[in-house]
Amino acid sequence: MISANLSAVFYLISGVLFILALRGLSSPETSRQGNFFGIMGMVIAISVTFLSIGNFSTGFIFVLIFLLIGGLVGAFIAYKIPMTAMPELVAGFHSLVGLAAVFVAISAFLNPSAFGLGFPGNIKLASLIEMSIGAAIGAITFSGSVIAFLKLQGIMSGSPITFKGQHALNALILISIVILIYLLCSTQSSNVFWILLAISFIVGFLLIIPIGGADMPVVISMLNSYSGWAAAGIGFTLENTALIITGALVGSSGAILSYIMCKGMNRSFFNVILGGFGATEQSSSSQNKEQRPVKNGNADDAAFLMKNASSVIIVPGYGMAVAQAQHALREMVDTLKKNGIKVSYAIHPVAGRMPGHMNVLLAEANVPYDEVFELEEINNDFANADVAFVIGANDVTNPVAKTDPQSPIYGMPVLDVEKCKSVLFVKRSLSPGYAGIDNELFYRENTLMLFADAKKMTEDITKNL
Amino acid sequence: MEIDPFIFRLSIFILSIFVGYYVVWSVTPSLHTPLMSVTNAISSVIIVGAIIAGLAGDTESVFNTSSIFGFLAISLAAINIFGGFLVTQRMLAMYKKKKKDK
Repeated sequence: MISANLSAVFYLISGVLFILALRGLSSPETSRQGNFFGIMGMVIAISVTFLSIGNFSTGFIFVLIFLLIGGLVGAFIAYKIPMTAMPELVAGFHSLVGLAAVFVAISAFLNPSAFGLGFPGNIKLASLIEMSIGAAIGAITFSGSVIAFLKLQGIMSGSPITFKGQHALNALILISIVILIYLLCSTQSSNVFWILLAISFIVGFLLIIPIGGADMPVVISMLNSYSGWAAAGIGFTLENTALIITGALVGSSGAILSYIMCKGMNRSFFNVILGGFGATEQSSSSQNKEQRPVKNGNADDAAFLMKNASSVIIVPGYGMAVAQAQHALREMVDTLKKNGIKVSYAIHPVAGRMPGHMNVLLAEANVPYDEVFELEEINNDFANADVAFVIGANDVTNPVAKTDPQSPIYGMPVLDVEKCKSVLFVKRSLSPGYAGIDNELFYRENTLMLFADAKKMTEDITKNL
Repeated sequence: MEIDPFIFRLSIFILSIFVGYYVVWSVTPSLHTPLMSVTNAISSVIIVGAIIAGLAGDTESVFNTSSIFGFLAISLAAINIFGGFLVTQRMLAMYKKKKKDK
């Protein structure tokens, strides 16, 4: 058994190691070391907890058993999960953090003396507030992440679900949460605690259902942030520095990612959260739907164009992930490089279903990370490139965002693909993108549409090169 | 008058938010997915609370309602800790630089 002061020092050390873990991610070279710091921090925190309790009885064995079960399941998932399923995995993990926070809060509420917080029916006021905030945010994170997971998995439709009075209902429920926390503090009644939890679960559900599939990058980042605040709330209850530091880190990390994603779509955070985007726009787009001619090509034409190019820029999007085309794409690029053609990749901030989604997929296909560029780094290069190869992206290339103030995506930063000498656009059909608007690019003189599955088309082009 | 320890914890919390703010802005955008999986893993340090809860059984039995919730939370957090760190490691191992010999 070690003293409370000593264990507090160790918790502080593990908090610092977690900061270093995030710091490591500033470059791929230092990132692996950063991950190691994170693991060290976790080992220290867990060991210190055991030592400070110092109760190595039967309960201890059960703790190890449950730890082992969870650890095995986690390790199994980590090794089996395909990289394309990373958004679902992260959403699933968020839900577990949320649920764990709820369980710890329940446990502390039922047996406060074990945590030194007072006695059932007479819990310290501050602890009760912290506990109920942690539990409520945890519950919202859990049910919200479950919905996000179901939408990403395709079990639930990705289209936004909206109904009349939705915002009023949500506001009402959020107010009722505040009232319930107040009631809980004044009555200490366990019934109020259970109602609070139930309502928080419902809020998480209601908050995420109106948000559409392509807004998932924002949702996942936001839930990441929530899971951090939930952990911090529990950290205050348990008076644990490691948990408070980590909660603050994760909370601000998720908030920054949400901000970056919103900026990538030129939409305000509230606009995304209130949801319904996509559903409302479809009506306006159907009005001006005249048939315009497009140039239709095949793998042979595409191969010819690329063979005669000196530089090619690849623009991947969510469609590449769906078609699992990243490996086929890499093979195509290898062939191009053998012919002395310069190839780079351009990634829009909101390409894919989560921040950095495309980068991970390209890394999986052994694309060196110094050939992959962010929007600001590469956007000026399109004017000097011969061919832009758009694979699975759509709205992020639409020039309308720069020209038409009426367009719902006006002002969104887009990749200047149309400035290339020629544009190859791999797509299954001419259907509009997620935003429900036609892509101007399809009808340009220098655009060649390749209607096919992304993976099959890429393989065919490679054969023709 | 003595300062309530809560104020110290609040100070740590607020300062950590600022540390997080600056550290996360310096994360390269290409590593945003690993950032999410690693934050997932570290936020599972909530397992500390779960362990305390799990070991809080009374003298007659290891299991009571409170400790059962603790045990369940241990498993959930452990899935995240092992899953989160390992999947991050798996991802980071894939990020490679261009080979020099070309």
